[in-house]
Amino acid sequence: MNESIDRREFLKLAGLGGAVFASGLAGCASMAGAKQDDFYFVQLSDTHWGFKGPALNPDADGTLQKAVAAVNALSFEPDFIVFTGDLTHTTDDPKERRRRLAEFRDIVGALKNKNVRFMPGEHDASLDNGEAWKELFGPSYYTFDHKGVHFIAVDNVSDASARLGETQLVWLKADLDKQDKNARIVVFAHRPLFDLMPQWDWATRDGAQAMELLMPYRNVTVFYGHIHQENHHMTGHIAHHSAKSLIFPLIAPGSQPKRAPVAWDPAQPYKGLGFRGVDAEVQKAEYEITEYPVIKV
Amino acid sequence: MNPERRRVLAAGIAALAGTAAVFAQPQEKVIRITARKFEFVPGKIELKKGEPVVLEFTTADVLMGFNAPDFKVRTDIAPGQVARVRLTPDRTGEFEYFCDNFCGEGHETMSGTIHVTA
Repeated sequence: MNESIDRREFLKLAGLGGAVFASGLAGCASMAGAKQDDFYFVQLSDTHWGFKGPALNPDADGTLQKAVAAVNALSFEPDFIVFTGDLTHTTDDPKERRRRLAEFRDIVGALKNKNVRFMPGEHDASLDNGEAWKELFGPSYYTFDHKGVHFIAVDNVSDASARLGETQLVWLKADLDKQDKNARIVVFAHRPLFDLMPQWDWATRDGAQAMELLMPYRNVTVFYGHIHQENHHMTGHIAHHSAKSLIFPLIAPGSQPKRAPVAWDPAQPYKGLGFRGVDAEVQKAEYEITEYPVIKV
Repeated sequence: MNPERRRVLAAGIAALAGTAAVFAQPQEKVIRITARKFEFVPGKIELKKGEPVVLEFTTADVLMGFNAPDFKVRTDIAPGQVARVRLTPDRTGEFEYFCDNFCGEGHETMSGTIHVTA
């Protein structure tokens, strides 16, 4: 607990203090019997290793390494690190896909913290139903518990039609059935589980079924990627927070008729790219999110 | 009535009924669209407000999708099959549609326009 307070104080003093987001009903109930240490994790997303496009990112071969260095240079060691999908940029060639995934794994092997969780994005997994991704990284959906929080990583990308699918929904229900309604639950997803912009493919076709399963739980927060920018949304009492990309930003939802990337600005290189630190205050089910740039400016 | 006259009369009534049925149903315009990596051909679909249309899709590539959220219609487009959706535009304007099954390197640019006039 003291370390957590020190970390927050440090972030404030360094001018990096983040926005605090609570999941809606946390104040209504205490956590009986659960360990309640606060902790800190880092989310990186949409690294798209293998992407080529100098107009969008002339340092596509070097941005991921810079992000790894920036995470390693954080003043406080995270408890764990999660990559929420699109580790690689898509390719129709299965051999090239495996090569990119292996290169990605080698590069992030330089992270000092070895407690790293991976998830696929549609660029990694949709063309072969996650086959290559699972060869290198294991199961594409899973749970783990950490200091009183139940984490659920879902896979809404291996199915090319952007579904979790019936098998995974049954698995999710079975997992949730074992949780107390007051449990602190964090869901990691690649695509949004709500209809952010279906016409831009920013949705999960059966995401509403997943949300229906999550809704009875009072303290649920979703962290996701896919849209290459920060976005915060509430579905009832459930908060959704999307992360920035580490390759190129996309325009804000609905700001133009068509989805489009944001061009690289030579005057402000790496603008709009970054990763985040999440300070979890377990008792309150509060998550303080601090956004970090790829390079210090 | 002898059996032969009854048969002829019945056949005549059936033929008339069939003709009536044909006239009663509005003729649906059929537009054939090919989905291929990574475009729809034609990319621009010209429709008239209130005029029902059947969109017929085929692909020779991989599983693709057609999704026009403004009209709440979508279908999978599987190789070797003809996929059909019925659509009666209820407003004029330009509306986006896109492939909603991740189909390859150019998937994210695979979209088209539905142009509806009065």
